[in-house]
Amino acid sequence: MVKINGEFLDIAGKTISEYLIETKYDIKRVAIERNGDIVPKAEYEQTVIADGDCIEIVNFVGGG
Amino acid sequence: MSPSKEELIKALCDRHGKELQDKFSGTTVAVCGLGGLGSNIALSLARAGIGKLILIDFDRVDISNLNRQQYKVCQTGKYKTDALRENLSEVAPCTDIETYTVKLSENNLDKYLKGADIVCEAFDRAEEKAMLTNTVLEKMPDKYLVAASGMAGLGSVNSIKTRRISDKFYLCGDGESDICEGIGLLSTRVMLCAAHQAHTVLRIISGEYNV
Repeated sequence: MVKINGEFLDIAGKTISEYLIETKYDIKRVAIERNGDIVPKAEYEQTVIADGDCIEIVNFVGGG
Repeated sequence: MSPSKEELIKALCDRHGKELQDKFSGTTVAVCGLGGLGSNIALSLARAGIGKLILIDFDRVDISNLNRQQYKVCQTGKYKTDALRENLSEVAPCTDIETYTVKLSENNLDKYLKGADIVCEAFDRAEEKAMLTNTVLEKMPDKYLVAASGMAGLGSVNSIKTRRISDKFYLCGDGESDICEGIGLLSTRVMLCAAHQAHTVLRIISGEYNV
């Protein structure tokens, strides 16, 4: 299982890019931490989500 | 007659304790975006006696900003960097102010943020917020980042929170109230979020890293 934003999901094996597209995130608005480290945007396509990963997807909204 | 700088610093030391005030005075904080979040963050940090603020914004004060941003009617049309420098120098002259009237991008961030210990993300647009966050976390791992997302509208004050996303990355706001959904930004809720950010900065400086 993979923990994403506090929720346990059975998505190990997908890439970060695949997961973002499936779940309709706007890639231009997100920052992603994986096991406490930032995932560089250039690595979304290659980064495969592994069993046991703890991922935080910060999805920014406008206003400031 | 106005008090001297020595008197002002002594008053800060009396209030905060010398040890903590020395930490505040020895810290440089960059504020990226000087709108509702940034102008309020800067004012709070200057009042606390932060040593130096790096203030960055490309825009000018507009009449539509006056409902929530720390500018005066007579400053409409001025660059926000210049207007905020004026206002801060009146309330907290002990804080050094460095201003840059530029639009930040991933290509120039390093140039303007290199002197900062802590960076506050205070932009308006979601894409810019994400750009700053990704760039600082990827390329400047020594810096703390305090960002904000979700403070529009009339939602409960109690839904504005501070979360520690990773060691050096803090996020304030309710995470979902988007300006694009037709709810305006109100001074109260924006100031509340700005206060979360400024307070997080003070806690980090004091060595309190948990939220």
